[in-house]
Amino acid sequence: MSDWSKALSSFEGAAENMPTMTGNLGLQLEEPLIFEQGEDGRTGVDLPDVPKVESKLGGLARKGAIGLPGLSEPQVVRHYTRLSQKNYAIDAGLYPLGSCTMKHNPRLNEKMARLPGFSDVHPLQPVSTVQGALELIDTLAHWLKTLTGMPAVAMSPAAGAHGELCGMMAIRAAIEAKGERRTRVLVPESAHGTNPATAAACGYTVDPIPANERGRVDIEAFKAKLGPDVAAVMITNPNTCGLFESEIIEIAELIHSVGGYFYCDGANFNAIVGRVRPGDLGVDAMHINLHKTFSTPHGGGGPGAGPVVLSEALAKFVPVPYVVHGKGGYSVVESEGAAEDGFGRLKAFHGQMGMFVRALTYMMSHGADGLRQVANDAVLNANYILACLKDEMSPAFDGPCMHEALFDDTFLKGTGVTTLDFAKAMIDEGYHPMTMYFPLVVHGALLIEPTETESKEAIDQFIAVLAGLAKKAKQGDQAEWFKAAPRFTPRRRLDETAAARKPVLRWKPEEQSKDAAD
Amino acid sequence: MRYLPLTEADRRAMLAAIGVPSVDSLFRDVPEAAWLKKPIEGLPNHMGELEVDRALSAMAAKSVTAGSVPFFVGGGAYKHHVPSSVDHLIQRGEFMTSYTPYQPEITQGTLQYLFEFQTQVALITGMDVANASMYDGSTAAAEAVVMANRVTRRNKAVLSGNLHPMYRAVIETHAKLLDFEAVTGQIDPKGADDLIGKIDEATSCVVVQNPDFFGNLTDFTKLAEACQAKGALLIVAVTEIVSLGAVKSPGEMGADIVVAEGQSIGNALNFGGPYVGLFATKEKYVRQMPGRLAGQTVDATGRRGWVLTLSTREQHIRREKATSNICTNSGLCALAFTIHMSLLGEAGFTRLAELNHAAAVTLAGKLAGVKGVEVLTDSFFNEFTVRLSKPAAQVVEALAAKHILAGIPVSRLIPGHDDLLVIAATEVNTQADMDALAKGLSEVLS
Repeated sequence: MSDWSKALSSFEGAAENMPTMTGNLGLQLEEPLIFEQGEDGRTGVDLPDVPKVESKLGGLARKGAIGLPGLSEPQVVRHYTRLSQKNYAIDAGLYPLGSCTMKHNPRLNEKMARLPGFSDVHPLQPVSTVQGALELIDTLAHWLKTLTGMPAVAMSPAAGAHGELCGMMAIRAAIEAKGERRTRVLVPESAHGTNPATAAACGYTVDPIPANERGRVDIEAFKAKLGPDVAAVMITNPNTCGLFESEIIEIAELIHSVGGYFYCDGANFNAIVGRVRPGDLGVDAMHINLHKTFSTPHGGGGPGAGPVVLSEALAKFVPVPYVVHGKGGYSVVESEGAAEDGFGRLKAFHGQMGMFVRALTYMMSHGADGLRQVANDAVLNANYILACLKDEMSPAFDGPCMHEALFDDTFLKGTGVTTLDFAKAMIDEGYHPMTMYFPLVVHGALLIEPTETESKEAIDQFIAVLAGLAKKAKQGDQAEWFKAAPRFTPRRRLDETAAARKPVLRWKPEEQSKDAAD
Repeated sequence: MRYLPLTEADRRAMLAAIGVPSVDSLFRDVPEAAWLKKPIEGLPNHMGELEVDRALSAMAAKSVTAGSVPFFVGGGAYKHHVPSSVDHLIQRGEFMTSYTPYQPEITQGTLQYLFEFQTQVALITGMDVANASMYDGSTAAAEAVVMANRVTRRNKAVLSGNLHPMYRAVIETHAKLLDFEAVTGQIDPKGADDLIGKIDEATSCVVVQNPDFFGNLTDFTKLAEACQAKGALLIVAVTEIVSLGAVKSPGEMGADIVVAEGQSIGNALNFGGPYVGLFATKEKYVRQMPGRLAGQTVDATGRRGWVLTLSTREQHIRREKATSNICTNSGLCALAFTIHMSLLGEAGFTRLAELNHAAAVTLAGKLAGVKGVEVLTDSFFNEFTVRLSKPAAQVVEALAAKHILAGIPVSRLIPGHDDLLVIAATEVNTQADMDALAKGLSEVLS
């Protein structure tokens, strides 16, 4: 199976443009797929001989080969190490993705998550043998309830969007328990795409609320849409423009006055943790992305964890399982019959335990005093960026922001440079770009979130780079230079249109040989 | 507060640059009535690394770990040996502290491993394509039913009674909220159920599990044909992915969608999560599939590379019309899966599966000789069901007191069936473990 020259031949078409024969550039090494390496019969694990037993597979033994390549341990270690070196990461530098919150990931979190008492316990062991694990879940639940000022929390959702589903299901269960049938959910246009998708997944029609010129929910439009058929309003606060919904208490009162519920998307809780309790704002349900506020690593797109805090009105509509504490220690309510008001089960087992441990470790490291400082510093850093770049770039709104600074593309007008080009030029300067083209309510959006774990020096450097690029773009005649970026990465700009038009989603031996023949 | 780099001098300088007197003035859009004037009460203040380590280690020590006792608990999560290099590699900061690969030029590492993961999952399940992972097996199963409803424009799912009770519950939760019907077949520890008779013109899909919750192996080829004849999709759930090293794949049986729990490969038990859901289907359904996808393309110089693709199915573009609301996957768990699978390769994966099967066959044989134990499962992979002469929950507690974790009393998940115990054996179980279980059972049952 192994044929390095064939594997590397995929770069041959480009060889004339490349300064080296292999495509390698110094320490930046080309790495074929594992399927283009290895030899049949080789393996990277030492397993004992299989004792001879009578097969009990009932005639269902697999006949043919699967087609997995055989590699030794050193080959595998080198392969994945090389792949890792093609990745940007928060460990390597500032990762200012707005709305995604990439902050320092402490290694103490990792150490704690790997304690065998948390990592090497089975979700269906006798409850008497998992008291430490249940205590951890209960302790984290206590922190989440205290920080949010909410009486209940559902721990099992596996990610923020899963938490949304949980919260909206609790709302629907509460409405049905009252014998009502409501059909509409109000969602601001600037909401994360998960909000409307979640409302739709719960069987609701999504009714958008426009934003006002201050980047907030247009309260008059909101009022006009209220009615007895509205199940809930879903509002992100601080919102996706990086702004606090200043009329939030009024919004909560208004939705309650028509018998609906207030779902708050808590993705941006890191901006207010320790300073404001969502429970005091009138929120009924809010998910908390543990990776954002409490620094569990996101591993190239997950896993996440999205516990949902619930108000008194929704407290009894929680899914199973949940942990209860009594005289004899901790126990678990895990069958649906026992939780008659709940809506069932969202996920097998107890939730993202590994993420729980990391989040609690971060919370305990900061404490009540430190978490307040987290919000202060996150907001201070973002406003500092906004203030220092307001002359070179174009802030989307007046006034202070919360934990993220939003710019539009006015400063690029007439330069021929797009938001995308600007972002790609940042890559050549060694930075991961900010979130682009989101929120949609702002043209050519650039949403920057520095987080609280960046130093002033790191932010000053970042500001200097962005200001420099903005000046360069405004000099004129620089569009070509920007469009050629990035130049120094393992790959130049990738053709996303071609990828979608003719999807190649897996390696196939025949296609590789066909490519070679072509 | 070692994670917060700003000094008081920094803060003063930054406030001056912004032109405000204090950080409070940056919070001026927050209604002042909601301001907390001082740190929240009822929570401790910050602790140093040593103190946190001490507190959490003490908490962790209160549980009995799988590795410290003879351990036979399965039911959708399995104790396997994970090679040391897996955890070492996933902890490389470039993998672990990276986000969703939105900027492909500087996330080729993540994108390439996702492409490799997709390929491995497609090969193992015998399907055309797979996505870049879901939360876990149970949520993948619910998403598969929702997808089948969408594909067939029908709204009745037929669930095997022997589908993992928690998977069934997750699907039923979605059914309640999405207003589709979920019909459940008979629960039968021996695995016989007439699902074909339940398929009609309204059926969008039939969901079965292989091996099923009780451990039974079944050939679903005929069921697949029956589904196809009625225009319904066959969804096969696999909760023990190692089985596919030894057992005919769902794809070979004619499955339309395969969902699986990938925890067994590369991932620890973690008390239930995070795990890694696998989702594979036929080429023709690609655009209906939920979840992230990595796809191959070329860069501006013609070199092969990878990007996230077909995002027009996703919530950030289609919003309320998206195939699902999911916007994340189990990236790091998928990486652990893909590294472990690469280490195993064809030979290792096959051998691992054979070892698991041999362990279970050996254990079943041993337990069959214990008075008060009847092995119910005829054909199985690494998990089987026994009928005990005493209530299983009681027996499990008694064995736990003897430091043996014996399995799952069926009554914990399915009321009734008090005498049934589901027992799993894997490559980690030694002869001594198996002897201890047999001896313990014979003592408790006598």
